[in-house]
Amino acid sequence: MTRAASSESPVARRILIGVGLLFLALFLALPLVVVFVQAFAKGWPMFVDAIGQPDARAAIRLTLLVAAISVPLNCVFGVVASWAITKFDFRGKSLLISLIDLPFSVSPVVAGLIFVLMFGAQGWFGPWLIAHNWKVIFAVPGIVLATVFVTFPFVAREIIPLMAEQGRDDEEAAVSLGASGWQTFWHVTLPNIRWGLLYGVLLCNARAMGEFGAVSVVSGHIRGLTNTMPLHVEILYNEYDFVGAFAVASLLASLALVTLVLKSLLEWRFGYHQARSAH
Amino acid sequence: MGLTIVWLCLIVLIPLSTIFLRAAGLGWDGFVAVGLSARALSAYKLSFGTALLAASVNAVFGLLIAWILARYEFPGKKFVDAAVDLPFALPTAVAGIALVSLYAENGWIGSLLAPLGIRVAYTPLGVVVALIFIGLPFIVRSVQPVLADLGADVEEAAATLGATRWQTFSRVILPAIAPALLTGFALAFARGVGEYGSVIFIAGNMPYKSEIAPLLIVTQLEQFDYPGATAIACVMLVASFSMLLLVNLLQAWRAKRSAK
Amino acid sequence: MSIVIDAVSKRFGQFAALNDVSLEARPGEFLALLGPSGSGKTTLLRMIAGLDFPDSGHVLFDGADMTGTPAAERQIGFVFQNYALFRHMTVADNIAFGLTVRARRDRPAKADIRARVAELLDLIQLPDLGHRYPAQLSGGQRQRVALARALAVEPRLLLLDEPFGALDAKVRKDLRRWLRELHDRLGLTSVFVTHDQEEALELADRVVIMNRGVIEQIGTPREVYDMPATPFVSEFVGETNRIPVTVADGRVLHHGQALDVSPKALANGPAELHFRPHEALLGDDAPGALPIVVGAVHKRGGTWRVEARVDDIAVEIDTSGPLPERGARAGLRFDDVQIFPAL
Repeated sequence: MTRAASSESPVARRILIGVGLLFLALFLALPLVVVFVQAFAKGWPMFVDAIGQPDARAAIRLTLLVAAISVPLNCVFGVVASWAITKFDFRGKSLLISLIDLPFSVSPVVAGLIFVLMFGAQGWFGPWLIAHNWKVIFAVPGIVLATVFVTFPFVAREIIPLMAEQGRDDEEAAVSLGASGWQTFWHVTLPNIRWGLLYGVLLCNARAMGEFGAVSVVSGHIRGLTNTMPLHVEILYNEYDFVGAFAVASLLASLALVTLVLKSLLEWRFGYHQARSAH
Repeated sequence: MGLTIVWLCLIVLIPLSTIFLRAAGLGWDGFVAVGLSARALSAYKLSFGTALLAASVNAVFGLLIAWILARYEFPGKKFVDAAVDLPFALPTAVAGIALVSLYAENGWIGSLLAPLGIRVAYTPLGVVVALIFIGLPFIVRSVQPVLADLGADVEEAAATLGATRWQTFSRVILPAIAPALLTGFALAFARGVGEYGSVIFIAGNMPYKSEIAPLLIVTQLEQFDYPGATAIACVMLVASFSMLLLVNLLQAWRAKRSAK
Repeated sequence: MSIVIDAVSKRFGQFAALNDVSLEARPGEFLALLGPSGSGKTTLLRMIAGLDFPDSGHVLFDGADMTGTPAAERQIGFVFQNYALFRHMTVADNIAFGLTVRARRDRPAKADIRARVAELLDLIQLPDLGHRYPAQLSGGQRQRVALARALAVEPRLLLLDEPFGALDAKVRKDLRRWLRELHDRLGLTSVFVTHDQEEALELADRVVIMNRGVIEQIGTPREVYDMPATPFVSEFVGETNRIPVTVADGRVLHHGQALDVSPKALANGPAELHFRPHEALLGDDAPGALPIVVGAVHKRGGTWRVEARVDDIAVEIDTSGPLPERGARAGLRFDDVQIFPAL
């Protein structure tokens, strides 16, 4: 149905659309395009060569490893936390929900700093860790911890509203039919939240692989050992190896594109719609 | 239940509290000396100022983009809708090097602006550009669903009462979406204040000029000046918690208003 | 103010919402647009308001062509189905809205606006609620505020889209009467849309019955009830029994037996007999009467409602006379009856 009385003239409409798209092209599309253009500026062989460098490959491996640890951790926590929040009534519930969102409002650099203060050489547990010869800061465990912190809310915040909306009826019905807690979870709860879970995992993974600030503070930038892909991009860029920097960056940009495509597919195909406001 | 709280404490609350405990250990004078030093103050000024400016620009253009996505049909709309989330998905370091290569004096946009005497890269203006990139989806995604839910009948009612289209927008639509717009603004602002990865490449990082607060923390850390880093982080945490509180209050206000 | 709708058509994609509709509303008239959903009644109302525009045809106010004039310039009052109150404004600000959006030179002074709002709050019998927000009002109160808001601009024409649709039965009845009085007192011309035939018959001077984008009949409530022009009107307005019959050479045949009914000017062929429960007289199963088998009987108001069957067709008859036994054979004669060619 046309909304003749409550819409703008075709000219005004076209101008608004034009201005909006121009803004998006300038601020979103162009940066993305330039990544790929720069990556291939010296041709395909140089690109392949840049990706094939041992340090680049080590960075890719580390990034995959960190994501492989931190995403499942947050996934399990997200489901358990959502379950606890929506299935039980207790005081301070809304406070708990706010606390889960907390990492989103903390600067990534501060997020990194807190782990340095805890586990660094001068940190609370520093002397003890040194005595036992465990390295957390400037090592992989620190990177994982920082990543878990910054991606902490992604899964939980997708599932909490979903579970709250679905209420407890289905579970209570299942329990009344004699299902055990685990059966109920596996056959009733999980299928209900699977698209939301996938959505949260997708965003969590994108952030885990792309996190820069927090990881930068705890990693120590040791090439081949504690360099993740985003950190490697920075190092190469600062060494004026632009092709190398943009080659690795283009891999991360491709990851972002895949994430967006999958996310859109989830929204369109399965009708899973993220109605809540942004992260 | 217990597991939830234990995990939350281990990963989030206890680590965060170290900042405050460490900062408290500095004593008030020590805290002021580093946390509110001239260099730190100019870094806060830059971080908060540029975040405010970028969030304002985004409030205008984000609203416009949310509007065209919610109200109009045009070719490629679904594609554009999906693309708005790019800054959420694109690693910040990638955005940073992409933006600087665009806006550097030999870059695609920088070379166009240079003859006009406008320098973007390595100036505070560059910080604003990076924060516009980072903050845009916050505004769009906050406002878009509210705009889509706003009934056509309210606008038609305004029309039948003789309101022009502009009056309808400014007096009926804008007040209705104001809480969502403010929420988006606050989220974009909070993110902008703490943003690091996309900014450091384009900012220039000159102390007192183009050095953002998160970068100052990193600099202090690299000099093993832990008290300095902690004090600055403490100031930023207080600021971001205030923003978080504001966002929650805004959302409570929204919920109250939309209750029938 | 008079309204003329002249040969208006409107399509939404493949769907013909209005098909060559013509209509006139006289000054001071209270007109109801009655029809099922999808009949085009709301589209017609929106076209009068300037919220939709016809593909062809004209809309005239007092003889002036308003076809392309946008709603904001038509000086009409429109009451929306779900009130469409501005939620972020108080009741008083809602009512004042139409006055405050006027261009500076036409805008009344602030004190005058306040006085006008107070006057309207009195009129809608909510004098103390000006400072409240719409969310703090009941459905019936919101409806009255919506009406006051529409009346604040002193419209020449009041248009109402299902004005009572969202209210419960008791409130609805009270508001209906109140609205009719208001219409008469203010000397308005009003058009309202409804799917509730009882509402249309009670409230309107004339009823416009619409179906599938065309007007089936225009007439006073009496006319459309007693003299339905089409089978649709007969069915849609009031209760109707339908019996298939045949018209042959000036006689009406039911299973080959002639009924004591005038076929009017109907051509030979299959036809349909329509009668209302109160229009049938219950009697013996004699020649000329329509034979029925009596079923359940129950009290209904001042009369008895008899459920019966004609072959396999259920019919309902109202009677105050002697009640037949369940299962008895009886016959129906008719005072007045409608007969339409079969579709």
